Amino acid sequence: MKKLILGISMVVLTSAIAFAGPIEDRQALMKSFGKAIGGVAPIAKGETPFDAAAVTAAIAALNVEVLKFDPAVLFPVGSETGSESAADPKIWTDAVGFKTAVDKYKADVAAAVATPAVDLAAFQAQFGAITKNCGACHEVYRMKKG
Amino acid sequence: MIRKLAPIALLLALVGGLVFWFVTAPQYLDPKDIAAVASGDVTRGQQIFWEGGCAACHAAVGSKDDERLKLVGGLVLPSPFGNFHVPNISQDAEDGIGTWDFASFANAVQRGVSPQGEHYYPSFPFSSYSRMKLADVSDLYAFMKTLPAVKGKQPGHELPFPFNIRRLLGGWKFLFFKPHPVATLAADASDQAKRGQYLVEGPGHCGECHTPRNLLGSSTLSKWLSGGPNPEGKGVIPNITGGEGGLDSWSDAQIASLLKDGFNPDFDSVGGSMTAVVANWSHVSDEDRLAVAAYLKAVPKLADSYTKPAN
Repeated sequence: MKKLILGISMVVLTSAIAFAGPIEDRQALMKSFGKAIGGVAPIAKGETPFDAAAVTAAIAALNVEVLKFDPAVLFPVGSETGSESAADPKIWTDAVGFKTAVDKYKADVAAAVATPAVDLAAFQAQFGAITKNCGACHEVYRMKKG
Repeated sequence: MIRKLAPIALLLALVGGLVFWFVTAPQYLDPKDIAAVASGDVTRGQQIFWEGGCAACHAAVGSKDDERLKLVGGLVLPSPFGNFHVPNISQDAEDGIGTWDFASFANAVQRGVSPQGEHYYPSFPFSSYSRMKLADVSDLYAFMKTLPAVKGKQPGHELPFPFNIRRLLGGWKFLFFKPHPVATLAADASDQAKRGQYLVEGPGHCGECHTPRNLLGSSTLSKWLSGGPNPEGKGVIPNITGGEGGLDSWSDAQIASLLKDGFNPDFDSVGGSMTAVVANWSHVSDEDRLAVAAYLKAVPKLADSYTKPAN
């Protein structure tokens, strides 16, 4: 009986995850970007001292998340609205432009992984290049709904 | 009977016509004030240029960095009244405003009247700019004189009848144009908050998007800065008062920081037309960004002026 209950709960749990859907997945992924890189923003702003290990770790963590950013999986046709999605219709009407923007973001993060920053100036340049992608993409492909 | 009434009807029509003519006539700044203002300072004018956000609409769509100083226009602003085409305000003599004297410039910016005496539509935020000091407009004029001339005439607005009749905008101004401060700050408000009031209500023209508009496209001042549907038609513009859904939990430094780099306290970046605002305000002094924050903390705290979509 216990095994049965456990079995049922497992099934329910996995299906809950499976059916959470692309909108929830992409919202969680976007938050993970902010979490990964936001921690070292005070270093980039010169508010806290440069820490090579911390920035390398943050960029590595960001890269893990960024590699999961597959527009076809996270923004499939049919996921345009619902669950407080802030996706702009341009994601689908301009799918090529959207993918180009995502690829540029991935490339900028990959470049930072390939060349770990050894000083503040190098990190600030990487940080600037990476985080410019956030606003550039949101300017066109996100619309606020609340 | 009809014969007796005809002169009265004629008289009424005449009076009505005269009233219409006077109400809708363009109103100008006092020429004495214009004559009295000192010639502008380019360096100060540059700060005002960024605070005023001219480039957000008047630079070519998608331009970055120094390209944003080429004010060729071309952006299309959709609205419930039709599509507005943003004009060329570069120094080109034919396609832009290169031949304008200061009086023409100041009347355009602060009274919404063209050098030909026609009304501008309130898609151009002259209502906000009317709250600016004339000396600041003079500095802005001096700075804009240093910007490049760019060729390229933009098409006229696409507006259906009756919105295409500019004279009617005189009536709109009669009803809604109020060139004085909006919020009443506490008597002991700091100089910083007062400076912020000037920046937000004047050059910053934050209320143009962050305050909901009525059916005639005028800001609903009782809902000042509490957000609303996006006037360009998609999504919503957030509440930036300290009320529910607004900025109460943000520190002044966090508000100033968003204006500098576009990131909120959760390290989420702004989107839509706010990215252009940040591109402007990243050039502004820390002092002025913090003044904006101080003012936003001082305005009446209102709940969101929009309902979140159900889904």
